[in-house]
Amino acid sequence: MARAVTPRRKMINTTLAWSVGLLIFFPILWIIVLSFKTEGDAIKTPIEVLTSVWTFESYLVVQDRSDYFKHFSNSVIIAMGSTLLGILIAVPAAWSMAFVPSKRTRGILMWMLSTKMLPAVGVLYPIYIGFIKLGLLDTRLGLIIVLMLINLPIIVWMLYTYFREIPGEILEAARMDGATLREEVLYVLTPMAIPGIASTILLNVILAWNEAFWTLNLTAAKAAPLTAFIASYSSPEGLFYAKLSAASVMAIAPILILGWFSQKQLVRGLTFGAVK
Amino acid sequence: MKLANALRAATAMSLLATGAVHAENLVIATVNNGDMIRMQGLTDDFTAKTGHTVEWVTLEENVLRQRVTTDITTKGGAFDIMTIGMYETPIWGANGWLVALDDLSAEYDVGDILPAMSGGLSHDGTLYAAPFYGESSMIMYRTDLMEAAGLEMPDAPSWSFIAKAARAMTDRDNEINGVCLRGKAGWGEGGAFITAMSNSFGARWFDEDWNAQFDTREWSDTLNFFVNMMTDSGPAGYATNGFNENLSLFQQGKCGMWIDATVAASFVTNPNDSTVADSVGFALAPDNGMGVRSNWLWAWALAIPAGTQKEAAAKEFIEWATSTGYIELVAANEGWANVPPGARVSLYENANYKDVPFAQMTLDSILSADPNNSTVDPSPYVGIQFAAIPEFAGIATEVSQEFSAAYAGQQSVEEALAKAQALTNDAMEAAGYR
Amino acid sequence: MATQHSRSAARLMMTPAVILLLGWMLVPLTMTLYFSFKKYLPLRGGDLGWVGFDNYIRFVSSSSFWPAVASTLIIVGGVLIITVILGTLLALLLDQPMWGQGIVRILVIAPFFVMPTVSGLVWKNMFMDPNNGFLAHLFNAFGAEPIQWLSQASMPSLIMIVSWQWLPFATLILLTAIQSLDSEQIEASEMDGAGWFNRFRFITLPHLARAITVVILIQTIFLLSIFAEIFVTTAGAFGTKTLTYLIFQRVLESQNVGLGSAGGVYAIILANIVAIFLMRIVGKNLDA
Repeated sequence: MARAVTPRRKMINTTLAWSVGLLIFFPILWIIVLSFKTEGDAIKTPIEVLTSVWTFESYLVVQDRSDYFKHFSNSVIIAMGSTLLGILIAVPAAWSMAFVPSKRTRGILMWMLSTKMLPAVGVLYPIYIGFIKLGLLDTRLGLIIVLMLINLPIIVWMLYTYFREIPGEILEAARMDGATLREEVLYVLTPMAIPGIASTILLNVILAWNEAFWTLNLTAAKAAPLTAFIASYSSPEGLFYAKLSAASVMAIAPILILGWFSQKQLVRGLTFGAVK
Repeated sequence: MKLANALRAATAMSLLATGAVHAENLVIATVNNGDMIRMQGLTDDFTAKTGHTVEWVTLEENVLRQRVTTDITTKGGAFDIMTIGMYETPIWGANGWLVALDDLSAEYDVGDILPAMSGGLSHDGTLYAAPFYGESSMIMYRTDLMEAAGLEMPDAPSWSFIAKAARAMTDRDNEINGVCLRGKAGWGEGGAFITAMSNSFGARWFDEDWNAQFDTREWSDTLNFFVNMMTDSGPAGYATNGFNENLSLFQQGKCGMWIDATVAASFVTNPNDSTVADSVGFALAPDNGMGVRSNWLWAWALAIPAGTQKEAAAKEFIEWATSTGYIELVAANEGWANVPPGARVSLYENANYKDVPFAQMTLDSILSADPNNSTVDPSPYVGIQFAAIPEFAGIATEVSQEFSAAYAGQQSVEEALAKAQALTNDAMEAAGYR
Repeated sequence: MATQHSRSAARLMMTPAVILLLGWMLVPLTMTLYFSFKKYLPLRGGDLGWVGFDNYIRFVSSSSFWPAVASTLIIVGGVLIITVILGTLLALLLDQPMWGQGIVRILVIAPFFVMPTVSGLVWKNMFMDPNNGFLAHLFNAFGAEPIQWLSQASMPSLIMIVSWQWLPFATLILLTAIQSLDSEQIEASEMDGAGWFNRFRFITLPHLARAITVVILIQTIFLLSIFAEIFVTTAGAFGTKTLTYLIFQRVLESQNVGLGSAGGVYAIILANIVAIFLMRIVGKNLDA
């Protein structure tokens, strides 16, 4: 219910919120600006930067130097693949935890989350050797599996909190009507769970897209995603602000756009059922 | 099972790929330096000549190092050619992890590689990596500022002259710092500089029984001299300045002198990037009258991991990329000043290259560096700005972090040295030296 | 009401996830434990035999160990405090009626989509560089001496960078929680003459408790293992070496897998202490 506010109050709110919003967004805005400048101009004072010529040069150089599309499609496939695989495995687990809870449910959940706290670098060597033996090194399949495992605890937990919001009476009613377990899941549960699953997918695509340890260390030429693309621009010889900005914009733009378009879904996803 | 099918498919594919002998696809890991990026742009020439295609994995130096080290120690085979330096090559060669480059073609002329470079890239006299470019370090200075200060740079100055000139050239109101030097943590950054500098002060990393030497007067002299000079005439925040930061400062005209890699000479004299391109002079890195100068020796080189199935094609690539033909190709496309320097004797005999202003000083610097006699007192290790033992990179990174904290004023020079001494001895103990 | 049938079905459905995670945890954990008792130096030929507890003793007795534990806790704690407090204020602000609310919200959540590596690089170079960075230009414009962010104020800088990335997450969760607050309840309290602060203190804040718990829980999990931001900004210099970073240094820079693995075991212990601590508060707040 909207509360009555004076226009003056609304004006103040608007000014304040926009200032804060722009301040938080500013670093991203600034690299977008720098990405359209020459290297020489990009290191000048902000006023000189804004008044200097605008150019696509950096984007052309970056495109010329690295195969952006290859890295981009690897990122898409790895992020999507690991998320979908994770969902497939997590849905049954979360379902059973939410609707047939036992004494150990909470313990299992916390334990799953705690697996995320293992320091990754400590097991780089064993995992790397395992990947060589399995032929998974520098393959998208290998990364899909690893990222799925890394994010599985979060997926299970998010789905669990959503499923718990689904009222149990509906399921019981369905059972009374003689629905089998399969029908129950397929026709009753799934439609109600779709919004939750959608936002879980979104959040995990973002997490997988931004993962930068395994994606860098387990790939070479074929499966390298955008995190590796960035690593070739991070500190070269000579001036590099404009090229780094352009590469950064190219690396974050897809996920930024996805995030913006699905903002409402995501808000739901991020709340983990914290709010009822 | 999906996984099993996918694995089977992947195996089948790779079998198909190895079946085709003639046109290979090489995966090459390299560093994102200007010369390497230029090489990527010229790959088409290699493909046209040999039919082999190339896929590049270009990474920032630190990421590259960790990436290729993981792969070589586990025999991962993710790369057919790796770009490595003078530090890694002898260690990896000794472990039998690299293909010996002892059967390169006569046309390639191994004898033309500068002896300092081939020496540093060999183990027991066998070459394990071919230098793509080589460098030493030298002084780059502003001739106009030097003149204004009423001083004249000798060809082979001493540290006391550098400190005096630096103080004379400093003009902080006009954002001119007398001298810009590396203070950034990392064994290849500030660590390399201070180690090379310490050699000229008579310091060394280890005595002949592998005991750390940071408790000696020589190290304390080095560090105190450095900190005092930088406090008086260095740029603000030099504790985080590495090669790149100093390059940008120098190009913007904010440094009177800069002692760094010889390859930087082509950047600071390039009028497209540098505002001071026409007033740069060069001199040998300083010494302290003890018989050792403070210049280092380094090469970025191409090596083939042992066990690769594409050895022949990989050798073809290395012969292409490090040949005189490649140098001529770059010269034709981008001018002589931009060819990869410091690898071949013939380059410095080339009449075209003699016109390049920094060519002679680069060669003199390289020739005056000797990795086998880098310290005043005898030391058990090979290498100038590093000790060619596997533990060095890790130790030196931590030591240089302590030094950087001292540069930033977070601890005293004495505290930094005491910590460096303790952690070095501890790490050497862990590795079984002591 | 769960029947025997659905119980066993439930167990069956849980099995794949549990087995996978068990494998994902046990295999690396076993290997970490195994290596931690070995002298394992990849550059010296790999496995050089058993050494008992040597690695454990050496890891703890290093002068870097306790500072690393402290840095870890300071970063996690600092970021949590900043994101929860600013996140709450920001959520309260965004909940107010205004023009262009949707766009403001988009601006605020944007940093969450930025890769940690990119965020570290952008802050380090384009903003915190003492010569060419935006902040240095800004300070110069006001005639002030630019701060050398990453050396002289390394820890605050790092906390700031990480907070920038996680503030959107905290804000969003808290905003959703605030929006679900019963507006009638607030109106009633307004009529009772309760002031802004009391309304916040006795109605809003208790309502947010659960959401704040979620923020703390999820962020802690991610913050304990933060790596990319440190790697690209300070590379562990100037007192920013966390436990995760120290392990990275031992394994990849020093190439001492045994020593690093012992560090890994310590990191697991630290994570579990934090986990137990978290489970306590989660247990209280999450059972709604």
